[in-house]
Amino acid sequence: MKIVIMGCGRVGAALATMLDAEGHDVTVLDIRPDAFKRLPPQFKGKKHAGNGIDQEVLARIGLDQADAFVAVTQGDNRNVMATQMAKHLFGVRRTLCRIYDPIREEIYGDLGLETISPTLVGAMMLKGMLDREPAPLEAEAEA
Amino acid sequence: MYIIVVGAGKVGYYLAKELLEAPEGHEVLIIEQDAAKCERVTQELGDIALLGDGCEAATMEKAGFGRADMVIAVTGDDEDNLVVCQVAKARFSVPRTIARLNNPKNESIFKRLGIDTTVSATAAILAQIEQELPTHPLIHLLQLRGSGLEIVEVKVPKNASIVGQRVGELLLPQQSLITLIIDTDGTPRVPSSDTVIRAEDQVVAVTRRESEDALRAVLTNSASAGIYGRDG
Repeated sequence: MKIVIMGCGRVGAALATMLDAEGHDVTVLDIRPDAFKRLPPQFKGKKHAGNGIDQEVLARIGLDQADAFVAVTQGDNRNVMATQMAKHLFGVRRTLCRIYDPIREEIYGDLGLETISPTLVGAMMLKGMLDREPAPLEAEAEA
Repeated sequence: MYIIVVGAGKVGYYLAKELLEAPEGHEVLIIEQDAAKCERVTQELGDIALLGDGCEAATMEKAGFGRADMVIAVTGDDEDNLVVCQVAKARFSVPRTIARLNNPKNESIFKRLGIDTTVSATAAILAQIEQELPTHPLIHLLQLRGSGLEIVEVKVPKNASIVGQRVGELLLPQQSLITLIIDTDGTPRVPSSDTVIRAEDQVVAVTRRESEDALRAVLTNSASAGIYGRDG
């Protein structure tokens, strides 16, 4: 699969690394070229410095040929705009969009985007951990 | 009307000011996340500023998006303007949304995503320049001293309405005449009234200074425009 990832932060870089290791054709886009330092030396994919909400940049990296697009920049609105451009202007079949704000995430989910809110997911996971009884300490187990 | 403006930069500030001064007596609210800008609005325009992120649903609730007749997003970031307008429509059913575009190329995607109106200063200025500098300018070759006449040159555009017409059929302005036609291969012809105009011919004509615009219109306007359309 040809996958374009916008935003080479911790999440973007980790996702790109995993997909690249699985043999996918990965392109990473970030507005700051120094962000690519997060990618390991063995990363074989393409790195492009550019603005992901600029149609010309998206055209230049061949987004119309991509099977999937993932927007994981720090800005919810940038992710929302780029994802909709990928979907509606470039006809990318799968588009995933990270939105920190749970309300905006719900709104855009209703509008037909595949969205994820790490805020909500993280909070729910932490709550799940708290709800579970911790494993007894060794000393207690022996007693 | 209840009009909400998002972004209190220069565009937002003067827009709010004009709306407040309009004889219709609009109710205006301006949302701004920078406290200093917000304070300036309050000091100069009165108690119409709300400090907050206009992209946050909570701020939108507080601002009363639900009863707004119009939302105008004029921040310096296109992505923010898009989200303000999309959420205004999707969540608050605002009847009319207007977004400022910083990159004029975003017009198509904004339209596609349901934003009612987009306004781009860049596009507006470009349109002005195009009017000033037509793509097929009239080139001044020579002023005929004392007579008020001049010799000019125009290249006939491919889509000009005169392509295929005979020189005798052309409705030229008074005291204008076509004196020479040079083909695309460089062959000069002295036209008779039966000479047919072809696309991309170079036409050399004599005209009066005040008839220049009318002459250019005849020689270059496309079939869809009126004879004296753009400049007449």
